[in-house]
Amino acid sequence: MFKAEDTLKIASLARLAPSQDELLVLTKDSNAILEYVRQLETLDLTGVQPMSHVHGVTNVLREDEPEPSLTVDEALSNAIDTHDNFFKVPIIIE
Amino acid sequence: MTEPALLTLTQLRAGLDRKDFSSVELTSSCLKLIEKHADLNAFIEICEEQALAQAKHADSLLAKGETSPLLGIPLAIKDAIVTAGIRTTCASKMLQNFIPPYDATVIQKLKQEGAVIVAKNNLDEFAMGSSSENSAFGPVKNPWDKKRVPGGSSSGSAAAVAAGLVPGALGTDTGGSVRQPASFCGIVGIKPTYGRVSRYGVVAYASSLDQVGVFGRRTADCATLLQTIAGHDFKDSTSIQQPLPDFSANLETDIKGLKIGVPKEYFEEGLDPQVCDAVKAAIDKLVSLGAQACEVSLPHSQYAVAVYYIIASAEASSNLSRYDGVRYGYRASNPSDLQDLYCRSRSEAFGIEVQRRILMGTFVLSSGYFEAYYLRAQKVRTLIAEDFKRVFENDCDLIACPTAPTTAYLLGEKVQNPLQMYLGDVYTLPASLAGLPGLSLPCGFDSQRLPIGLQLIGRPWDEATLFKVAQAYENATAWKTHAPNLG
Repeated sequence: MFKAEDTLKIASLARLAPSQDELLVLTKDSNAILEYVRQLETLDLTGVQPMSHVHGVTNVLREDEPEPSLTVDEALSNAIDTHDNFFKVPIIIE
Repeated sequence: MTEPALLTLTQLRAGLDRKDFSSVELTSSCLKLIEKHADLNAFIEICEEQALAQAKHADSLLAKGETSPLLGIPLAIKDAIVTAGIRTTCASKMLQNFIPPYDATVIQKLKQEGAVIVAKNNLDEFAMGSSSENSAFGPVKNPWDKKRVPGGSSSGSAAAVAAGLVPGALGTDTGGSVRQPASFCGIVGIKPTYGRVSRYGVVAYASSLDQVGVFGRRTADCATLLQTIAGHDFKDSTSIQQPLPDFSANLETDIKGLKIGVPKEYFEEGLDPQVCDAVKAAIDKLVSLGAQACEVSLPHSQYAVAVYYIIASAEASSNLSRYDGVRYGYRASNPSDLQDLYCRSRSEAFGIEVQRRILMGTFVLSSGYFEAYYLRAQKVRTLIAEDFKRVFENDCDLIACPTAPTTAYLLGEKVQNPLQMYLGDVYTLPASLAGLPGLSLPCGFDSQRLPIGLQLIGRPWDEATLFKVAQAYENATAWKTHAPNLG
């Protein structure tokens, strides 16, 4: 059973800060979902390979040759704040 | 001029080529209808200026005698697919001001063919949901009954096509997000084989499952749309080099002798009796057209909901870690430290369902739980896929079953119970987990005049058979002539 403090711990790992109300809802729902997925425990999975990709393909590589990509201005066009060619963040370390 | 937007894509093509109307007239007609039926909330962004410029350009090509299947045809795009210079929100507060500097590959392909992009469709936030009720921009209404959900997550795309506001639209399907809304809205929708269409520029939710799909009011329209967007793309290493058949060329061929597998597990408890009857009648109709039906068993499909919500949540927790309030998207004000900047930016901007899936995904991937949940789910995914492989090798050429266990439910009916909502995806998730193509087409109405969908699932890369069977059924039935009364 998930308790509110367990949810809070996972939330912190996921860099989330749910409100108190959200925390209660998330804890309740997480318990219901985890209870539901327990049905997978009934299966004997000896010798079964895990599937991470349906076609079983492996990494695709190409020659390491430069190709056109976004300009700096384009890449920064949605930046919340910029300084010269950089993303700018608030001062967070004194 | 009559409402040209209500014509099918094939009729529009002929009309444009005959100069019965121009692309500018057609596009303007769509824009007017979109405005008139704004209460459906099917759109987040209307691109009037760009659309009319694209339409004008298409008209100049048409005037020179040029033509191609989508030249001058207005389309709508699920707002999870990035469009250069057009705001792309994914229905999230996180991206509410995001204007992509590039086009997704599917958008590039549509533009190359001269299609006109008129608007961006509303959806469940980050494509997580089955009803549109997770959108930060409010829910979409079902054109058949505005008190009901249109399905999701490609909610606005399906509703807009069903309401005749646009002749076709793009959606995305991770666990049923094209097929289920197509079913609820009484139109045709197909999710192709995983890897058939490039995901470059599709906002990532669960990368091993996400695939772009298409909506139309006719099977032939979907065949044309999929033809245009399909194909390998070096920018997406999970798109696969496969020959691309001409989907339209073999649409009208005989289905005699085709073997249709009917999975017994998809007709058991939880299936609405009216949906069950309509789907069985549709299979009988296909048999009367020369196909053969046989019962098959997909015993592990019953685990698909559990497997999906572990795997998709795990992938979502990883994919959505990019939204950190640093480079783009929403940033919380006055953060006290770096952790606070990350946490508050994310929790203030993500809706509850997105946070729920990120949490669940983080948990199943976390040390001590990985093997019990994530690895186990990946193994059961193998079993689900092997079931399909076995029946396609031994028993049948395609599978027919319901798309969803019910017709469209009431707005608000399942909001408080996410697990109940998840269970509505029970018939679409198995094909997603196996990477198979799935098509939903209208096969009747329930007693409240709500559409029912028949789902056809094919072998990998065999969308052509799904189109062929759907076309044969469409030719032999009159469901296509029904349209919602929008008032």
